Amino acid sequence: MFLSVFFGVLFWVATLVLVLGIAYKVFIYWKVPAPLKIPTTPAPLTKRGVWVRMFKEVTLFYSLFRSNKLLWVLGILFHYALALIILRHVRYFQENVWLVIDIVQPFGKYAGFLMVIALIGLLLRRILIDRVRYITAPSDRAMLGLLILIGISGLTMKFVSHTDILMVKTFFIGLRTFSFHPLPADPFLIVHLTLVATLMLIFPISKLMHAPGIFFSPTRNQVDNPREKRHLSRWAKKLETQDKLYLHELDK
Amino acid sequence: MADYEIPTVTGEDGIVDVPSLEKGSMGHLHGPWISKPDFQKELGFPTDFEMPAGVENYGDSNTLVENWKERALDKMDDLRHRYRSLQVFLDICVKCGACTDKCHYYIGTKDPKNMPVARQDLLRKVYRRYFTFAGKFFGKIGHPEFVGATELTEDVVKDWYNYYHQCSQCRRCSVFCPYGIDTAEISMAAREILDHIGMGQKYCTEIMGKVHKIGNNLGLPEAALADTLEGLEEDIYDDTGVLVELPLDKKGSDILLITPSADFFAEPHVDGLMGYAKVFHELGLDFTLSSYASEGANFGMFIGSYENMRRLALRIRKAAIDLGVKRIVFGECGHAWRVAYSFLNTLAGPWDFLDQNYPIPQHVLEITEPALAAGKLNIDKSANDDMVVTFHDSCNIARGSRIGSYEGGQFEVPRNVIKAVCNNYVDMPKDTIHDATFCCGGGGGILTDDLMEVRVKGAQPRMEALKHVTEHHGVTHMAAICAICKSQFTKVIPYYGFTMDQIVSVHQLVSSAIILTGQLSEDEIDDMEFDYDEAKERLIASREVVAEESK
Ligand code: HEM
Repeated sequence: MFLSVFFGVLFWVATLVLVLGIAYKVFIYWKVPAPLKIPTTPAPLTKRGVWVRMFKEVTLFYSLFRSNKLLWVLGILFHYALALIILRHVRYFQENVWLVIDIVQPFGKYAGFLMVIALIGLLLRRILIDRVRYITAPSDRAMLGLLILIGISGLTMKFVSHTDILMVKTFFIGLRTFSFHPLPADPFLIVHLTLVATLMLIFPISKLMHAPGIFFSPTRNQVDNPREKRHLSRWAKKLETQDKLYLHELDK
Repeated sequence: MADYEIPTVTGEDGIVDVPSLEKGSMGHLHGPWISKPDFQKELGFPTDFEMPAGVENYGDSNTLVENWKERALDKMDDLRHRYRSLQVFLDICVKCGACTDKCHYYIGTKDPKNMPVARQDLLRKVYRRYFTFAGKFFGKIGHPEFVGATELTEDVVKDWYNYYHQCSQCRRCSVFCPYGIDTAEISMAAREILDHIGMGQKYCTEIMGKVHKIGNNLGLPEAALADTLEGLEEDIYDDTGVLVELPLDKKGSDILLITPSADFFAEPHVDGLMGYAKVFHELGLDFTLSSYASEGANFGMFIGSYENMRRLALRIRKAAIDLGVKRIVFGECGHAWRVAYSFLNTLAGPWDFLDQNYPIPQHVLEITEPALAAGKLNIDKSANDDMVVTFHDSCNIARGSRIGSYEGGQFEVPRNVIKAVCNNYVDMPKDTIHDATFCCGGGGGILTDDLMEVRVKGAQPRMEALKHVTEHHGVTHMAAICAICKSQFTKVIPYYGFTMDQIVSVHQLVSSAIILTGQLSEDEIDDMEFDYDEAKERLIASREVVAEESK
């Protein structure tokens, strides 16, 4: 029972931190103005074009493809495997599992291997390539280590030492109504869940913010139309309305 | 020629192999000369600092403003709340390393701090230490480096000053970053912070002071400018027998021509200016230059100062209003065009008093290209047959703006013009042109003699590409559409075994090939009835007659 209360509380907190943390950061990105038009050109001339550009970046890592093929392969493998795995996990939170989630099950099962392999590749880059080693902080390696351990502990439960998956499912569905059902006292499960909760907790305060952040990147999300449409930020407008040259001259 | 090693170029495939790191290879530098309090004052920056005794004292805390640490952090905090780019870019970099081999300064110097992400990290690690949960937490327990954070110290400030002046804000890294993180935005912010703690850059601030006082970067006063323009008219007249005017401050003209002041005197810039004048003349376009706004370059962008950039841009607005023009056209200049194309409407708009049938502002190539395509200019391509030309895409035009009405027009329009006036054209290797173009090595406020080593080494990737087409395709000349590129190249290409005159302006090529209406042959010129002064007098007199008659 201690186990299920501990993890129950942990996951509630982690979920709140994840959701509210990301929401808060996104709110900041939203609120801070972009005073100048700085799309990296050639850039789309229409809003629709910007959607296409962003879609290509997010789904195909288009710019990365241009810059580094090895990293692109590893990155695509890791992220798509991760996406499949996350989709696959949705069934632990649903009483009636959606069709899509059913469909991805067999793929998700093997995606775990791909993810771990890709992550090891990414980690090796950080160790072996001198330029990448130079820019790597311990936390960058730790992040990859964390994901690798999540992958390995998960794969172990799937392929080596099965855990009582129905019990896990009952536990998580119960959490939605604050009822604490028992969890299997399986060491791999405990490691797996602890690491996942850690990942959720650090998401909003780490570089993982690249996922929501990319949508706010002014070099990628702006329309190339500065001559046609005047773009003026709130703080710059004050210089105009008060007819001043410098911000420190503005009335407070 | 220099006390450092000049990189060698082989010409093999036109691409410099990515070098291994050489830690600290540019650490012996101290950044450009520091700006005096006088210059800082003119631009609205704090002045309560001491000029360092020598370059080795740059960044010593007793030379900085009082409470420099708090004031640097306050400025950083201020900027991240005013620039989404800065806030987002500081947060979302995953240190994937895609940019690490993309910077010409890294390739040319091998110094790891010149890798874009490492350059950003000089600022980011301070941001992380003071403004993020992770940095504050690990800072408290004494291990900020675990999360790539660090305390703000004198040494950090020295690194900022040195390495943020080894960035030409060319945005090549931003093209290759999966999130478009643009180191230019970071280096602009860093320079803005440095300006607020007593470490302004003399080159940029002194120049901006001249524009504020006199109207151009050179400090060329009105009378001297008028003289220069007359000299150019005379040159064209002696060459062609045709009086092509370069009017100054002519009220009621249709077009205000804004051009970098280097166009008034430097080679090969000035040949470009004569080219624009000939094109306008042939198309019957009524234009004028302005002595008040005799500068297209806007160095406010280099130091990341929106306020100073705007102050400079407002001169153009005032000139346009005072002269009563209907259109604004910009000459060949990279960052001037970025500021014009991307920012002018923001900084000095709205332009509702100008003729809305034309782009505001318009690039001179947007006039020349359609005119050539429509056959409105009489061209003798063979005039350029002594050259095999290649084209250097300027970074600010390639990645920070557009020319023409379609996506990527900035690559096609200049090439179309060159091909319309030259028989022999060859592109440099694919990874060195268009939006993957390499900076000349002198952009972003680096074009100063106190940064010569940075400039020479930073030019290596472009020089390698040029060497390749020289050896394999017989290229003899490289055309540019940016005043900084032209100045930088003419200065550094001798280090790589080329000669200065191999750099040409795009409109210089146009100028050579164009045959003006009424142009005389060489023999006819020798027998001309009037010299330039007489011809000009007669032109003015004939105008007065027309004016009388129409009264
Ligand atoms: C919109 C969604 C996302 C996009 C477009 C995206 C894109 C990218 C790209 C382009 C890279 C750099 C190349 C690479 O290492 O793969 C990267 C790195 C990374 N991403 Fe994502 N990502 C997304 C979501 C996520 C999520 C949800 C996670 C959660 C765990 C994640 C974790 C990582 C990690 C750990 C790295 C660093 C890899 C390394 O250290 O080498 N990403 N991401």
